[in-house]
Amino acid sequence: MTLFLQLLISGLSLGAVYALLALGFVIVFKASGVVNFAHPAFMMIGTYVIARVGIGTSLPFVLALLAGVAAAAIVAVAVQRLLVFPMAGRSVIAVSIMTIGVDVITQTEIVRRIGLDAYLPMHDPWGDKLLRVGDLTVPQTRIAALVVGIVVIAAFFAWFKFSTWGIAMRAVAEDPSTAALMGVRRVTVSALAWTLAGALAAIAGLFMTVFPSPGLQPATAAVALRAFPAAIIGGLDSTGGAIVGGLVVGLAETLAQGYAGDLTFLGDGFHAVLPYVVMVGVLLVRPSGLFGTRELHRV
Amino acid sequence: MSEPRSGATSGPLSTATSEPPSGAVVTDPATVAPASPRPRGRRRLVVVAVLGAAAALAVPFVADAFWLQLALFAMAAAVAALGLTLLLGQAGQLSLGHTFFLAIGAYGYTYLAAEDGPLGSGLGLPPALAAVLAVALAGLAGLLFSPIAGRLRGIYLGIASLGLVFFGLHILDNAPSLTGGDNGRSVPVFTLAGVRFAADPDQPQYVANVLFGREQKLWYLFLIVTVVAYLYFRNLVRGRPGRALRAVRDRESMAEIIGVPVTRYKAYAFLISSMYAGVGGVLYALAFRRVVPEAFGVALAVEYLAMVVIGGLGVAGGAVAGAAFVSWLPPVLERYSVHLPGLATEPGAAGINPSVAAKFIYGGAVIALLLFEPGGLAGVARRLRRRTTAQQ
Repeated sequence: MTLFLQLLISGLSLGAVYALLALGFVIVFKASGVVNFAHPAFMMIGTYVIARVGIGTSLPFVLALLAGVAAAAIVAVAVQRLLVFPMAGRSVIAVSIMTIGVDVITQTEIVRRIGLDAYLPMHDPWGDKLLRVGDLTVPQTRIAALVVGIVVIAAFFAWFKFSTWGIAMRAVAEDPSTAALMGVRRVTVSALAWTLAGALAAIAGLFMTVFPSPGLQPATAAVALRAFPAAIIGGLDSTGGAIVGGLVVGLAETLAQGYAGDLTFLGDGFHAVLPYVVMVGVLLVRPSGLFGTRELHRV
Repeated sequence: MSEPRSGATSGPLSTATSEPPSGAVVTDPATVAPASPRPRGRRRLVVVAVLGAAAALAVPFVADAFWLQLALFAMAAAVAALGLTLLLGQAGQLSLGHTFFLAIGAYGYTYLAAEDGPLGSGLGLPPALAAVLAVALAGLAGLLFSPIAGRLRGIYLGIASLGLVFFGLHILDNAPSLTGGDNGRSVPVFTLAGVRFAADPDQPQYVANVLFGREQKLWYLFLIVTVVAYLYFRNLVRGRPGRALRAVRDRESMAEIIGVPVTRYKAYAFLISSMYAGVGGVLYALAFRRVVPEAFGVALAVEYLAMVVIGGLGVAGGAVAGAAFVSWLPPVLERYSVHLPGLATEPGAAGINPSVAAKFIYGGAVIALLLFEPGGLAGVARRLRRRTTAQQ
């Protein structure tokens, strides 16, 4: 039971991290209709800057975090302005493949800077300290991830629902041409979505690389890829679905890892494949994800 | 140095067949109108085909082993890339799982052809039979996945197929008797009709005073397979299946209305594409002589995507050219790193590692081509051709 509770907490915390990534992925898709395969790259850039600023200076950690968030947001909006915007009107697949090109270049550069087998420690304030409540021992980083995740997600949804820009963003997602006729600047909304996605990715990257992970590694990007199944499970155009998908993937992965001893027949490291298995299962029943809009075709 | 290039990138036929006798397919896969063959064009085609074939046959006599080996890599990649360009360019289905089927081809062949031993299990079948069965296995895997593929559209399919890659890696990681563990496993030598496609130090064979070793023999084998794969692709694309696939790609509901069985054609595209990947996988295993699980990861899937985009989506010659471009970048940059500024000449030296530089280049090429010339290299070639004909 204790094991289960501990796994539940780490699963939810990992799920919150995936949810942040998936959320960024989904808002970019909603605002500009682009499936952004460079999303893990934004995460790597943000995390890399956090780690570097944290090492090189004696600045407080919060400033390093802000620098990372800003860097990822700037790169994201630059990609949108310089590369995605000129491709407006082209097929979604063409733009998506182009973001794969962006991803290849960025990841290669980050991995080159890290060095192949090495890692960059994050210098976060939590370190490997543990929190004990009764029988439960949970790393502080996991609690921090869960709390920050909940706060950021709640703030996002409040902003998305009530602020003018949030309403504009939803209007563009609902019906782009009507929104444009009503005076919503689609270009600005799209740029805003990319900025937010970059920022969210950097925050997620921080919590993906703190304890129990040793730091930013080349392999971190492969872990971030699991945010794609998370977004797909929830439905690519559903912000709420991204949260659900993130939690499902995080929980499934952590539970499979925690109970690996009972699941040996599935092979070593099955937890890494499980998100994709869950995704294919969901897609077989609901081809547009749990909460995604079904594509209707008028004949 | 130019011989293997001409042979491997385009084969003896591509320059000829991409000329317009019935080249409407090439100019725009979307609008297929049978053009009447022009007698002058046909004659030129024959001349070019004969010259190309002669050049391709002569390559092993003039090119050294380095370039022949590169040509083998390129042809293995080209066959697999043809499968992907069929799926993505003609049928409009995005697949990031191409390496899964490649792995089935490569490991299928290795397992079926290898003798059972301490380094890995195997069935010890005749290599030719093993190759055919491995391709059939890849096709079967494609068929099994096609119900999923048929239900999903565009990007959903792309990410679902990404799952295939991780699924494949998981199986490979957990089957050391199949893969020989992390260090990989050596690939059995291919034999066909008494010819061993390997170097025989005991009995060196000479043809016209040129040592005929592994690369020289494999060159002919690979060339035949690639040319057949290429011609089959072009036939398929020009015929009824190709038109049906493009109809499904461009407007699914319209295709359904005019009587194209959409689901069946989507499955068909997946089947053919995965069999191409299977053939590519067998060639890949033969070219590298060693298969390592980690080679079949997401990076390779992205490389294949880059090949078909750089070459020009849906175009046979483009897939071949893109395959040669992407698979040659790292070794060529490495070989000429001394002459190229900014590249590291050896591991650990200052400058950018050639394999890193290769990734920058093909990543950049994908972005630049999609921005400025979505037709890829095939589009560039078409434009040049149009300009030269305009000048005449």
